[in-house]
Amino acid sequence: MAVGRFLREAATSLTTPLLPDDYLGLIDPLWSHRRLRGRVEALRPETADAATIVIRPGAGWKEHRAGQYVRVGVDVDGVWQWRPYSVSSPPGRPGGTFSITVKILVNGRLSPYLVERIRPGAIVRLEHPQGQFVLPRALPERLLFVTAGSGITPVMSILRGLALGDEMPDVVLVHSAPTRDAVIFGEELRELARRFPGLRLHERHTRTRAGRLTMTELATVCPDWAERAAWACGPPGLLADAEARWRRAGIADRLRVERFRPVTASEGGAGGRVRFARSGREVDADGDAPLLVVGESAGVLMPSGCRTGVCRSCVARLLSGRVRDLRTGREHGDTDDHIQTCVSATAGDIEIDL
Amino acid sequence: MAGTTQLTAVDVEEFGRALDRLREEILASLGEGDARYIRRVITVQRSLEAGGRAVMFASLLPPAWLAGTAMLATAKILENMEIGHNVLHGQWDWMRDPEIHSTVWEWDSGSSAEQWKHSHNYVHHTYTNVLGKDRDIGYSALRVHPEQPWHPLYLAQPLYNLMLAVVFEWGIAIYDSELERAWRGEKNWAETLTQLSTALRKGGRQVLKDYVAFPLLAGPAFLPVLFGNLTANTIRNVWAHMIIFCGHFPEGAEVFTEEQIEGETRGEWYLRQMLGSANIEGSALFHILTGNLSFQIEHHLFPDLPSNRYAQIAPEVRALCARFGIPYNTGSLPRQTSSVWKRILRLALPGPARWPVDLGDDRAHRSEHAHAHRIPAESVV
Ligand SMILES: Cc1cc2nc3c(=O)[nH]c(=O)nc-3n(C[C@H](O)[C@H](O)[C@H](O)COP(=O)(O)OP(=O)(O)OC[C@H]3O[C@@H](n4cnc5c(N)ncnc54)[C@H](O)[C@@H]3O)c2cc1C
Ligand code: FES
Repeated sequence: MAVGRFLREAATSLTTPLLPDDYLGLIDPLWSHRRLRGRVEALRPETADAATIVIRPGAGWKEHRAGQYVRVGVDVDGVWQWRPYSVSSPPGRPGGTFSITVKILVNGRLSPYLVERIRPGAIVRLEHPQGQFVLPRALPERLLFVTAGSGITPVMSILRGLALGDEMPDVVLVHSAPTRDAVIFGEELRELARRFPGLRLHERHTRTRAGRLTMTELATVCPDWAERAAWACGPPGLLADAEARWRRAGIADRLRVERFRPVTASEGGAGGRVRFARSGREVDADGDAPLLVVGESAGVLMPSGCRTGVCRSCVARLLSGRVRDLRTGREHGDTDDHIQTCVSATAGDIEIDL
Repeated sequence: MAGTTQLTAVDVEEFGRALDRLREEILASLGEGDARYIRRVITVQRSLEAGGRAVMFASLLPPAWLAGTAMLATAKILENMEIGHNVLHGQWDWMRDPEIHSTVWEWDSGSSAEQWKHSHNYVHHTYTNVLGKDRDIGYSALRVHPEQPWHPLYLAQPLYNLMLAVVFEWGIAIYDSELERAWRGEKNWAETLTQLSTALRKGGRQVLKDYVAFPLLAGPAFLPVLFGNLTANTIRNVWAHMIIFCGHFPEGAEVFTEEQIEGETRGEWYLRQMLGSANIEGSALFHILTGNLSFQIEHHLFPDLPSNRYAQIAPEVRALCARFGIPYNTGSLPRQTSSVWKRILRLALPGPARWPVDLGDDRAHRSEHAHAHRIPAESVV
């Protein structure tokens, strides 16, 4: 241990002001421990607008727990874009790789690139898996998953993990997608349902059968929903309905949700001038633009994680001015407050310690 | 002076707007090609450095020593100029690459990036060629403008300048802690000493690497490696000093007073940057080795645009200058260097009250144009 540290320090004294990793990275980017990277190994189309990206992570990668997400950084036309994506492959990393499955958000900055343009061999940046949307260590007897669209991805990892272990408890999966063909992992889900009698799959095709899933309908499909440990992942409307329903039943603690985008309640206010003190950048920002995005567009290195107000990786010190919480519309902030940039917009002129 | 006025206040603002448009155009077109450029330069630089040091280990053979030293010197020049200087200016911040960003970059130089960013990016680029404000190194150590009062100490300034060239990185490191300002009571000593100790720590690591760690690693080639590293650092220092002095001190580069820049408009700011800077002509490789500071004019107009774009911007800036009758100071390296040295030699002696016509061939002509803007500048205040 001590020898290892001595060697590392000796090596660093040779490469200062850089680190030995910076030179190792010249040979193979995946060798860098300091900056985790991955190489795109394969691409698999899933539906007309979704694809799976198989990634081989570099040295030091920590296994994900089924249901967790990873932050992926991708160079799109010279600019690094970071987004969280749920891991869709089972835990255990068969073949030394893991996968994410991405659905195109029209006009999005990263998702269309990942689905349509990225090629095998591309190097992406990674951060270790994180997130609480996982199975408890002690597996519950009865489970319920309510998903829609790309919200199936973390659940797919969970189901694949269970299938690999050959233990499928009593599972109900209620999944919505516009049509049968638009169901991401449709074939595999149907196959799993055939193979494991414990797994009941309810597919809802919202374009053929009017509208999105209602909670009344859920109760018909799965009468014992309230007794099950439940997980929900999908668009904001579905999640809001589910949370309200579970809360009304007094069992909010039995439902876990994963949000792919933040809840926005606020229309935003006047906006103002934002100064990023350490980077020395200053820009005008709208009152409804998350400071995270404002900073990124200005070239500031903004820390971030889930981008939805959950993980707090994005907190920054407010040096002056006030901000508006985009989730509630509430204006707040004093000097030295730590604000979450991903869900805060400026309310007037502010200064941030970034 | 009224007779020399060719630029009206309206002209100056039009000039400024044209430059703003140029800047917006470039910003909008940044993309994959630019990102690939800087990554490639970094890869080449790191490979050259690693290769140079490896080759130098075989230094008991003289050709290996020469090749290794040349490779290392080139790598160090690239590292300081095309990479370090420009990354620290935030030219590549738009890529949001967590490893190539002005807030995280550290360079292979005696001075720490943090202190240098303050004295260079902020003080020098804001107060370019403003007497008494611009702390770019030439201004405190040397007498580079007749407006600076003469002192007998300046008699030896050609010698100081030579010495400064050799130890340039250390000159900057010490200089950035602003000792002389603490001495004059303009800055408190505690802060100055903290900065000085930061500089010493940074400098110490640099010394340890080049003059202890690598020579020791080389075993029997201890001395040749030590000497090779010293040579590479010195070549880099002399080169950087030469390029930087050519950027602001050849004949024709203007100085300004604090009163002149009071209430300065955007157009006037651009004009001052123009008139205070000078370019050096050369090949594409030459420009890269100067960190594109051979486009000092373009760099001063747009300090945060990526350096690989200056060559593309230069003809447009030049055409604008022609349109508005603003001088565009450019020349070959020998011409600009000799011009700098002429000035340093001349100003070692007292006087002149104003630039005489015999200093620099077309000086009188340039000066006429250069002074033209002062009328509108004053009328704005
Ligand atoms: C924990 C977590 C896990 C995720 N897992 C996945 C996954 O497995 N698969 C997947 O495809 N995506 C997933 N996402 C979403 C993903 O991170 C991106 O938000 C998504 O790919 C869009 O990114 P973009 O760069 O294309 O769009 P952006 O350029 O970021 O978005 C453009 C605009 O669209 C808005 N917007 C964002 N999301 C939506 C939406 N869903 N519908 C309508 N408008 C929207 C934004 O507010 C923004 O203003 C996950 C998100 C989180 C927080
Ligand atoms: S990025 Fe996760 S809380 Fe803001």
